[in-house]
Amino acid sequence: MATTSHVHAHAAPQGFIRKYIFSLDHKVIGIQYFFLALTAVFVGMFLSLLMRVHMIWPTAVLPLVGEIKPETYLSLLTMHGTIMVFFVLTTAPQGGFGNYFLPIQIGAPDMAFPVLNMLSFWTTFVGFVVIIAAFFVTGGAPLHGWTGYAPLSALTNSGPGEQLGADLWITSIAIFCLASLMGALNFITTTLDLRAKGMTLMRMPLTVWSWFITAILGLLAFGVLLSAGILLLLDRNLGTSFYVPLVVVNGQVMGHKGGSPLLWQHLFWFFGHPEVYIAILPGMGVASQLLSTFSRKPIFGYKAMVYAMMSIGFLGFMVWGHHMFMSGMSPYSAFAFSLMTMCIGVPSAIKTFNWLGTIYKGRVRFHTPMLFAIGFVSLFVSGGLSGPFLAQPVLDIPLHDTAFVVAHFHLIMGVAAIFGIFAATYYWVPKMFGRMMNETWGKVHFFITLIGTYCIFMPMHYLGLAAQPRRYSQFTELAYLQHLLPLNRFITYMAMVTIAGQFIFLVNLFWSIFRGPKASDNPWEATTLEWTTATPPPHDNFGGHTPVVNNGPYEYSVPGAPRDYIMQNDPGMGTAAH
Amino acid sequence: MSHADLTMEGHSAGLTSGSPFAIPTKKLAMWLFIIADTMTFAACLVAYLFLRNGTANWPTPFKFSPSIVNVMLMTFILISSSLTMLMGLRNAQAGNKAAAFRWILITAAAGAVFALLHLREWMGMIGEGVTLFHNPWGSGLFGAAFFSVTGLHLLHVTSGVIALLAVGVRYQGGRYNADDIEILGLYWHFVDIVWMFVVPLIYLLNIAR
Repeated sequence: MATTSHVHAHAAPQGFIRKYIFSLDHKVIGIQYFFLALTAVFVGMFLSLLMRVHMIWPTAVLPLVGEIKPETYLSLLTMHGTIMVFFVLTTAPQGGFGNYFLPIQIGAPDMAFPVLNMLSFWTTFVGFVVIIAAFFVTGGAPLHGWTGYAPLSALTNSGPGEQLGADLWITSIAIFCLASLMGALNFITTTLDLRAKGMTLMRMPLTVWSWFITAILGLLAFGVLLSAGILLLLDRNLGTSFYVPLVVVNGQVMGHKGGSPLLWQHLFWFFGHPEVYIAILPGMGVASQLLSTFSRKPIFGYKAMVYAMMSIGFLGFMVWGHHMFMSGMSPYSAFAFSLMTMCIGVPSAIKTFNWLGTIYKGRVRFHTPMLFAIGFVSLFVSGGLSGPFLAQPVLDIPLHDTAFVVAHFHLIMGVAAIFGIFAATYYWVPKMFGRMMNETWGKVHFFITLIGTYCIFMPMHYLGLAAQPRRYSQFTELAYLQHLLPLNRFITYMAMVTIAGQFIFLVNLFWSIFRGPKASDNPWEATTLEWTTATPPPHDNFGGHTPVVNNGPYEYSVPGAPRDYIMQNDPGMGTAAH
Repeated sequence: MSHADLTMEGHSAGLTSGSPFAIPTKKLAMWLFIIADTMTFAACLVAYLFLRNGTANWPTPFKFSPSIVNVMLMTFILISSSLTMLMGLRNAQAGNKAAAFRWILITAAAGAVFALLHLREWMGMIGEGVTLFHNPWGSGLFGAAFFSVTGLHLLHVTSGVIALLAVGVRYQGGRYNADDIEILGLYWHFVDIVWMFVVPLIYLLNIAR
């Protein structure tokens, strides 16, 4: 097998099932991931709409859903968080766009392990089916939040959703861990081993760097969550008590004894904090790529960007305790976690500075993908600035269980990451499907989403400062929150508008895939390798030959060059000029 | 599907030659798997130490004989099996197919004996009344931690034995070569190294005093 020297190890498949369902082609698998995430995001968004509606009209009887009971609200909260974090923010940027474009951008015909790649998609799919099933079992979906804190999550009689629903939840997370580990292994191997000739590490587009570093984070983090989840399953079903101290539920002493709920928090957040960067790093890569391309300028400080991503990834493993200041941990360790957390501000600031430096004095082309990239930077800054507040135990303790934290993490890891996904979608759909997306409706979608997002989450900071608790299903009767009711109504109305705006995107996407104007091979005049091949790319990506890379990824406005950009596989800059 | 379908080996061989990262794709994948698996084991061991640290009545039941003697025997067998694995690899690289296959079978047999000794120990402990949530000596967490950590390791040894047999037979049949033996060897040595952490943390820390 090692003696075969053909360029592509597996031939183009024949027949519908091998071509579109159980495909080994990383491009088809990327599109499958993309549509899985698209389905998941609309499910998750619908759940958040129900929550917002329940917050201001707690007794309303809704069509299809009926009246939302307090425990139903907690189920909605849990499923919204879990679906969004795992099946959208982890799945779309990495599984979707990473799968499709990492091999092409490094000049490879496919991922290193095509069969493993197919397996990781279908495993993710099974995980999604399992978690959706939790809605339909006795007792319904679990109540313990996406963080699954014990002992609530570790006892089968702690609430209606904590029966079979919680088991399905844990099973789904464990399946997702396996899928992500397979994916991470594949991404790292592909990046290290399959780069085309001339594609040195420091010539890789920053998108590739971001997928690569994200994969390393995934490789180190998901195994820990897998272990934690299996121990939780043992606690629930086999009577161990890793996470359960002596507890009394409804006046009845449980058989569990001696465990520690803090253990779950440590294991969960050792995974959970890197997971935040797993969600946001690919967005950073896409933003860098797009800001450079549409400003027609080289990225400002390429190496600084790479090292900043590396240090964000590294520090991401050192700060999990900042989610646990409320847990009664030692003030000394809280101090250490606080210090490390504020250190992350440094590489984050470097990245922001470089993004601004990239746009500065550029000849900016305001296409829709560029708008979303700018929106990403805006949201990253707005959401990031409240980070140093929450990083300090003395401020976190009063703010932790309020809407302030909800606003903070939604801005930075929720909507900013989603803006990265939108930017990637508008940028790469022409390459993936061969059709341009509608610019006008794209811009309408952008402004509705950006303004709507700020209208939802900026006032929410204020709600938190005014001590509106999070995770409460009903607070309209509380006297001290009466004056916040108008603001809560405003947020809900804005959520409705923003959610309605997303259907513009959906229609635009599907209409463009089938009816949009045909895209040329390089509609954005970009330099990376995916724009050197046909649209959409052939099965082996480059039509039987392997590209040779002579230039860096961001050669825009090069003095003396015939065009204002030099493709990565153009002849070297020294020989191009005459 | 043919084996060539599983990886892009044929393709990458040409691309990575001369690169400082010219580690074969499948071998790199095994290293990455080992890193991920290290984190999985580390999480379980840290969970155990975390709970042990916070528990006043943690039991220390292992007497020198039979428990520690048995563990030493198991350790000797597992370490020796790493040596026999190495002999298998050397012979495979030298082209002595029959000898290589024999050494792989010996390695698999050693793994199986290890698993049987381990199961016998488990049976003995269950006989003494150790369950996942109860034991005669102290905190019930002891049994949960013991069976989870050693069970995870036992799962790895058992999968290793199956993999040794599968790869050995395919090597014998000419579908796999010395490189595949080397990659499987990495896994087998990793399982051995994990045991080097399990023995002091699970057994030696809990010797009867």
